[in-house]
Amino acid sequence: MVVRNKVAGIDSPEALAHALSSAFYLADDGLATAAFLALALGKPLLLEGAPGVGKTEAAKALSGVLGRRLIRLQCYEGIDATAALYEWNYPRQMLAIRQAGDKPVDIYRDEFLIERPMLQALRSPDSAVLLLDEIDRSDHEFEALLLEFLSDFTISIPERGTLSAHERPAVILTSNRTRELHEALRRRCVYHFIGYPAPEREAQIIMLRASSVAEDTARAVVAAVGRLRREPLTKPPGIAEAVDWAEAATVLAKGGASWPEAFKRSIGVAIKDEEDNAHIAPRLDAIITGAAA
Amino acid sequence: MTRPALPAAAAPFVAFAPLLRANGFAVAPEQVTLFLAAITLLGPRSLEDIRRAAHATLAPPPERRDEFEALFDAHFLGAVELGREAAEPDPDDVRVQEDRPGGLEPPVSDGTNAAGQAATASEALSLRRFGPSVEIDVLRRFQRALPERLPQRRGYRRSAARRGPSLDLRRAMREAVRNDGEIFRLPRLKRRPRRRPILLVIDVSGSMKARTDAHLRFAHALVRAADRVEVFTIGTRLTRVTRALQLRNREQALATASGLVSDWDGGTRIGDALLAFLAVPRFAGTARGAVVLILSDGLERGDPKAMTEAVKRLAARAWHLSWLTPLAADPAYRPETAALKSILPHLDALADAGSTERLCHHVLNLAQPRAA
Repeated sequence: MVVRNKVAGIDSPEALAHALSSAFYLADDGLATAAFLALALGKPLLLEGAPGVGKTEAAKALSGVLGRRLIRLQCYEGIDATAALYEWNYPRQMLAIRQAGDKPVDIYRDEFLIERPMLQALRSPDSAVLLLDEIDRSDHEFEALLLEFLSDFTISIPERGTLSAHERPAVILTSNRTRELHEALRRRCVYHFIGYPAPEREAQIIMLRASSVAEDTARAVVAAVGRLRREPLTKPPGIAEAVDWAEAATVLAKGGASWPEAFKRSIGVAIKDEEDNAHIAPRLDAIITGAAA
Repeated sequence: MTRPALPAAAAPFVAFAPLLRANGFAVAPEQVTLFLAAITLLGPRSLEDIRRAAHATLAPPPERRDEFEALFDAHFLGAVELGREAAEPDPDDVRVQEDRPGGLEPPVSDGTNAAGQAATASEALSLRRFGPSVEIDVLRRFQRALPERLPQRRGYRRSAARRGPSLDLRRAMREAVRNDGEIFRLPRLKRRPRRRPILLVIDVSGSMKARTDAHLRFAHALVRAADRVEVFTIGTRLTRVTRALQLRNREQALATASGLVSDWDGGTRIGDALLAFLAVPRFAGTARGAVVLILSDGLERGDPKAMTEAVKRLAARAWHLSWLTPLAADPAYRPETAALKSILPHLDALADAGSTERLCHHVLNLAQPRAA
C-alpha cells in the first residue's frame, strides 16, 4: 500500500475540511476523515446516502480543492465498457486498413482509441478526479467490470494488453442505496455514509449557497425541513430542496407576502410528489408555524 | 508490505476485527490492513480519530451503525452499555426493522394510529420454531424451474445476436481484419432480456399462523433461485428478512429470519405496514417494475382506507401485483371483507395460497399471458 502523508498540500482531515469550506462545501468530521484517508491511501471513496444530501457536491468540491478537473460518469442499467472504459474508432480503423493496401498496419494504436471516462482518469491521474455517480443504478455486470479498475487501477484491453496508472487516480463513487452493492466492491473502498446534516450545519449550508437568505429564514427552513423528513414521505426534501425553499420564500417575502404565507406558497420547491403533498397538506400549517417559532 | 510481526501497539486494532466478525459484520483482511494504515496516517491524536478511521475503512452498514459504535466502545473503552440510543437515528429505521443478526431492541411501533391500537394490544411478541418440512420436493422442483419461467422485460444491456436493431462494429472490425478489410456479414446486437425483480410480502399475523412456516420456506426457495428478490414480513410491524434468507442452509436461514421477526401471530395492520414500506424510498424502489406477491388473508384490523391507499400506490409501482390468500383454497371463497373488496380493482390476480404447490404453480405461470 502506498501511503502519502500529504496530498496537494493537505496533511490532515482538518486541513481538508478547511479547504473544502473555502470551496463552499461544509464537510463534517466523518466525511473529511474518510476523504482524506481515501486520498492518502490511494483508495476509492464510496459515499452513500439518501438522494439530496450532497454526495455529488462533495465530489465536485474535492476536485476543486485538488485543482483537478472532474470526470463524471453517470451510471445506468446496461452501462458497459464502450461507455465507461474505451471504444475503438471503427471508421478510422477501416480507412487505415483500406489505405494501407498490402502493407501491414496496426489498427490498435492510440490514435484509434477513444478514451471514455475511466480510461481518461487512468491516463491522467494527477489532473483528474473520477466520479462514478449513482453506482446503484448500474447492474451486476458493470460492478464486476469495476472491480479490476478499483483494486489495481488497471484496464485490460484485449487488443492491447493491460494499461495501468502510473499513479493512483482519485476516484469517488456515490450510491443512493436503492440496492445493496456487492461486498467485493464495498471492501475495496473507503466508506462514508452521509446523513442529513445537523440543523446548525444545514443552516450554514443554506446561507453559504444562497447569499440572499437571512439567518432567521435559514433556521426556520431547517426546522421545517427537519420535521418534513420525519414524516413518511416518498421523496423527503434534501439539502438542495432546503436551499431552494429558503430562496423561494425570501423572494416571495420581498414581494410582500407574510412569512408563513411565503413558506406555504413555495412548498412546491421542497415537496415534489403529489402523494406527499396530499399527506402533508393538513399538517403543513402546524409544521411551518412550529418551525418559525 | 513487510513480513515482520506487527508491533505490539497494533494488537488491539487487529483484535477488533474478530470481534466484529463474531457479531455478524463482514470484515475482509484487506479492510483490516486499511484500518491500520489509516490509524498510522492519522496519528492517531485521539480516540475519535480511531473511531472515524474504523467507520471509513471497516464500513459498517448505516443501519447497524449504533451496534458498531457499541462494539467499538466495548472494545476500546471497556464500556458495556450495549444498545445505547443514537443521537440522530437513521430516518429509515424509525418504523422499520432491518435485518440484523444481533439482538438489539426493535424500534417501538407507531402507536399514533387509533385504529391500530386494538391490534397493538394483542401484539404477541414471540419466537417461533420450525417444524419438519414436507414440501421439500415441490420446492426443489420450483427452484429448478423458476429462473427460466420468471417474467422478463427487455434489458438495456446488449449482446451479440443473429438479428437485431444495431450493428456490432467491434466484431465486424475483428472479422474485417481477418479478411483483409472486407466485410462479408454484419454482426448484430440486440437488447438482452432481463428478469424482473420480485418483492414478496408475507403476513405473519395470527390469522395466518397455520401457513406462516410454509410461506417462509417458500420465500427461502425463491431467494435462493432468483437473483433479485426482496422479502418482508408484515403483521403489526414491517421487517426485512431478505438477508437472513440468503443463507444456503434452509433451517439456518429460517431460524435467523424467525429471530428477526418479533410480531409473530399478533394482530394485523396490513395497511399501516405497507404504508411504512412505501415510506422508505429505498424499500419502495424495490417494487418498481417488479412482480409483487402479497401472501395474506387480507383480514385487516386497522383502517381499511390505509390498506386501500397502500395497495393502490404499490400497484402503481409494480409490474404485476398478486394477492395470494389461503382462504381462496375454498372453491366457495368470495372476497367479502370491505378491505379486500376495495383493493380488488388494483390487483392483477387474487389467487390461492392454500398449499405450497398452488403457490409455486401461480408464480411459475406469471410470465404466461394472463387469462383473467
